[in-house]
Order: sequence, then structure tokens, then C-alpha cells
Amino acid sequence: MKELRLMKGNEAVAEAAIRAGADGYFGYPITPQSEVLEYLMTEKPYEKTGMVVLQAESEIAAINMVYGGASCGKKVMTSSSSPGISLKQEGLSYIAGAELPCLVVNVVRGGPGLGTIQPSQSDYFQATKGGGHGDYRLIVLAPASVQEMADFAKLGFELAFKYRNPVMILSDGAIGQMMEKVELEEQKPRWTDEEIVEISPWATTGKTPDRERNIITSLDLDSHRHEKHNEKLQAKYKKIQENEVRYEKIHCDDAEYIFVAYGTSARICQKSIELGRKKGIKIGLFRPITLFPYPSNALRELSQGLKGILSVEMNAGQMIEDIKLSVGTTFNVEHFGRMGGVIPTPNEVLEALEQKIIGG
Amino acid sequence: MEEKISIEEIRKEENLVFVKTKLLTDKSLSYCPGCGHGVAHRITMEVIEEMDLWADAIGVAPVGCSVLAYEFMNIDMQQAAHGRAPALATAIKRLMPNKLVFTYQGDGDLAAIGTAETIHACNRGENFTIIFINNGIYGMTGGQMAPTTIPGMKSSTSPYGRDVKIMGNPLKITELVATLPGTYSVSRHSVHTPGNVRKAKKAIRKAFENQKLERGVSFVEIVSNCNSGWKMTPNDSNIWMEENMFPYFPLGDIKVDGELVK
Ligand SMILES: Cc1ncc(C[n+]2csc(CCOP(=O)(O)OP(=O)(O)O)c2C)c(N)n1
Ligand code: SF4
Repeated sequence: MKELRLMKGNEAVAEAAIRAGADGYFGYPITPQSEVLEYLMTEKPYEKTGMVVLQAESEIAAINMVYGGASCGKKVMTSSSSPGISLKQEGLSYIAGAELPCLVVNVVRGGPGLGTIQPSQSDYFQATKGGGHGDYRLIVLAPASVQEMADFAKLGFELAFKYRNPVMILSDGAIGQMMEKVELEEQKPRWTDEEIVEISPWATTGKTPDRERNIITSLDLDSHRHEKHNEKLQAKYKKIQENEVRYEKIHCDDAEYIFVAYGTSARICQKSIELGRKKGIKIGLFRPITLFPYPSNALRELSQGLKGILSVEMNAGQMIEDIKLSVGTTFNVEHFGRMGGVIPTPNEVLEALEQKIIGG
Repeated sequence: MEEKISIEEIRKEENLVFVKTKLLTDKSLSYCPGCGHGVAHRITMEVIEEMDLWADAIGVAPVGCSVLAYEFMNIDMQQAAHGRAPALATAIKRLMPNKLVFTYQGDGDLAAIGTAETIHACNRGENFTIIFINNGIYGMTGGQMAPTTIPGMKSSTSPYGRDVKIMGNPLKITELVATLPGTYSVSRHSVHTPGNVRKAKKAIRKAFENQKLERGVSFVEIVSNCNSGWKMTPNDSNIWMEENMFPYFPLGDIKVDGELVK
């Protein structure tokens, strides 16, 4: 039975993870996402479902705990915010290289450095272009509501296991902190040992006489063999691009102009659309839900009947590069953003459209 | 005329004094001839076989010369990022408490880059075993100074010998973890003579038995040679180890059944 609750985004992702049958969470406190660990420690899922929850000594330890758990075929996750996510990059690279499933939540705050604790989208490049060393990709989901924080916990685990690939929920301080109504799915049982062996026969669960030993590694000192491994990874990312694109179109049917925005920016754009339409501007919103794979084809198709696109991001202009790759550099595309943790107002977004795109 | 005995006749069951454990693969070791890593691998695998824990064992390989331990140990294994093996092992053991979980780590891995993971896993009292190979140097990367390089010892980054005024002191991490409430047994051994190999093997067995008690980390240090990194013959390196490493890192029990040895 589904259940309706009023929750913070950070709490919703934690509760949804428990209900998705997660086996383990490993994290380290950092604002604006500490509620994830706090919620789990209060809920004590280790007494209810047997889910392990552990406050690690650092984000580095936490992601490597995730690495160890994922290697056993367990549904494991971590969460953090920007500076902590930077510390996790080496681990994420190993996890991607070793082709392991896991869920990572980044409740983004403003950077660079210690930056600020206010919401931001300045980790777009880090999340979508690799982040750590080596040619790899995360599957990146961008929630724009508390409901999606919950939904993407389950979806994230599903995609992670489907592709044996780390999945990141790229949220921000506003989505993590705000409270909204959320519909929660019923509790799924955790996988049994037998199910794990069946679902993930590659997992290190102990070498039984019926199979060869299982090894989890990202190392191969033979460069030609390692190139083959890289080709396999690239083929997987291509498959993900073909099959897992998700996006939403709002008021796009008659639109002459669109905003392209995700997460908190997308919510603000919806208000800007209301204001703009009152003034007679035919404007819509294209909201990428997967940032990798980026919905390039859908955006290119949509752009065909348009006069211009404004990329609205809480950063200096990162996603605009993917928009330009989608629609071409000659198309009328501009960026508008606020940085350092400042959330733009609907009015300034509309003004930017009028000045940079319509007037430009 | 003397009768010639064929090799097949010698290779009879009753003549066998040594059989390679099934828990070692047939792959030839990547270690330098004379290096202690190979013996440490062998006794670890022998203990798991003797304890009949093949199907339960999950090992974590470090970054260091033993990064390829999983090529030689015929058990389920994970290869950790440099220094993070105790974090992986923490999760493995907590998620699969009935398994036999161990890390196998060098001194750079365990006592430099991974110090935080080592200390916190030991302090939390995680129920896994750490096998720590202390050769006082970074073998894999070509013989740089390690946290356990002893004063005066030469390495490629302490070419005139470790000057503690400039390079700081070595870290006696084993003594340090022994003081933490989360370690249950801590001991130091070597594998350079048959007698010492037997003692080290006994210690590894005890450590695995202790893991079953769920009273915290069981920690076995093996002071070992790195003849290549030390730029010595294997024999000279063992003599040098006895004369220089053992006084600084004395062999024996440091913590037994949760109590520090006085
Ligand atoms: C993050 C990171 N930093 C540095 C290295 C390079 N590196 C590889 S092995 C090693 C030292 C290993 O020394 P030790 O742990 O003592 O093991 P040994 O090779 O002596 O057995 C270093 C510094 C690495 N692989 N990863
Ligand atoms: S470099 Fe040193 S530690 Fe590495 S295999 Fe050779 S002797 Fe052993």
C-alpha cells in the first residue's frame, strides 16, 4: 500500500531507499544533506529490514565502503554534498571501472572550495562528464521535487543493477531541504543471499565449489586488454544513451521560446512561464531528468520550431554546453544563471529571456 | 650398478612432504625472488584451507606489490583503492557477517595513505582480520620512503638515509592500533626462516579464529624484506632485517584476547 507523507527531500530519499530494499548506507555529515544519515539513524532500518547504516570517518571511507558492499552484490548507497562528493571521486572511478552498481546522492551546494551551504548546480560538469579519473560515466538523475527524490532512489538502484554502473541523484540544497507531500511505495523485501547469487553471479559472496573465484578489480596491466575493457564500458554508455533518456516538456506545444533547466531551476522556470505567458510570450520548459544520458535528440527535435533557448542554471553555464551539442552552435542559445548559492527569481529569469533571447 | 629411481617413483603419496594448497592458483608469482610476499600468501591460503573456510573467505587486495594478490589467491577477492581496504572490509563484514573477511596490505597502503581507514576500522572494532606486510619501503613504486622506513635507512626518497629531523619519525602503527579498544589481538611476526613461518602461520590461524568471536579486529603484522627496494641480495636482506628491523619492530604478541601484553 502506498503511503502519503510530508517530508524533506533528504528524508524522502532515505525512506525510499529503505523501502526499495537497500542493504546498506554509508555516509559522512555535511550540510545540506545531513538529514539523510540523521533520518536513517532515527528510523533504525537495521532493526526493521536489516539494512546496515554506518557513519564513516570520511567521505573517502564511505565511498570505499560502498565499493566493498557493491562488490558483494548488495544494494548500497552513500550521500553527500559537493566538497564530500569531490572526495568520493577516486572511489567512484574504481566503482565505474570495476562495473559495480551503487547509488550516490549529491545534494549540491555552492563552490568552489568550501563555498557555501546554499543550493547550487555548479557540480553539473563533475557529475555528467566523469568527475574522477578515466573515461567513465555515471547515470545522472536530476530530481525537481521531493517526490522525485523518493522515486529516483528506487529507479537509481534499478538502473545501477541493470547496467552495473554507479548512479548519481544530482539534487541541490533546495530540493534536499524543502518539505513536500510525497507518496511512498510499500516496503520491498531485501534480496536474500540466494537471490543475490542469482542476480549478480559476479559478486564476491565466497567461492563455492560450483564456480570459479570471483574477482572485483579495475586493474589490468595489459594495455590491449584494458583497451577492450574500455571499449566495453563505452558500448555500455552508448546503450544507456539509447535506452534511458528521460525528460519532461511543459507548455512546449505552442512555444516559440523555451527554457532548458533541471532541478530547482526548472521549478523557477515554471513560475517564469506563468509570468511570461501573461505577457503573451509563448514560452515552455524542457526539463532533462537524466543529465547523463542527456536528452539531446528530443531537444534537437523540439528546437526545430523554436526561435530561441535560454539555459537556466544555478552556475556559470555548464549544461549549456550539452544544449549546444544538441542543437548546434548557430542556434540562438544563451545562458542565464546565478552563482554562489543564489537562487534566481522568476522575474529575473523572464527578464533574461526577454533581453538575451527575444531582444537579442 | 646403482639402480636409477624414476621421478614418478619419488612422487608417491608416502613421500610427499609438501603439497601446494588448492587455494593458491597455478599462476607464477609476480614477486621478486626472495621476497616475503609469496610466503605470506601461501600461509594465509593454507590456513583458510585447513580451517575449511574456502567458501566463506573474501579477501581485499591493496595497492602495492600485492595488488595482484587476487591472481594468486584462489578465493573471492576485491581490489581496493590505495589505503582503503579496511573501508571495503568494514562494509563486506557488516553486510555479510558470516563470511571470513581479511585485508592484505603493505605499509604504505596501511600506515600512510590509509591511516584513517586503518585506525577507524580498528577503533570501531570491526570483526575482520588485517594482515600487514611491513617491509619498510614502497616496493611497487620503486623503493621510496615508507612510514615504516627506520631512521637512517636508505630509500630512493631518503637517499642519504632517513633523517628524522627532516623526514619525520617512522610510525609504529601496530603498537598504535593495539592501544585502541576495537582491536582484540595484535601480533608481529616474520616469514624469513621456517620457524618464523610456522609462528606466523599459527598467528594467522589464531587471528581468523578470533574473527569468529566477533570481538573486534585481529591484526597480524609480518615484518618482511624487500630485497629489490633495499638493493640487497635476498640473503643479505634477511640478515639486515634481523639486525635492523627487528630491534625497531620487535616480534611477538602485542595484544592478546583484548589485553595489551606488558
Ligand atoms: C592514490 C594513489 N596514490 C599513489 C599511488 C602509487 N602507489 C602505488 S603502490 C604505492 C606504495 C605501496 O607501498 P606498500 O604499501 O608499502 O606496499 P609494497 O609495494 O611495499 O608491498 C604507491 C605510493 C596509487 N596507486 N594511488
Ligand atoms: S619490490 Fe620488494 S616488496 Fe615488491 S615484490 Fe620485489 S622484493 Fe617484494
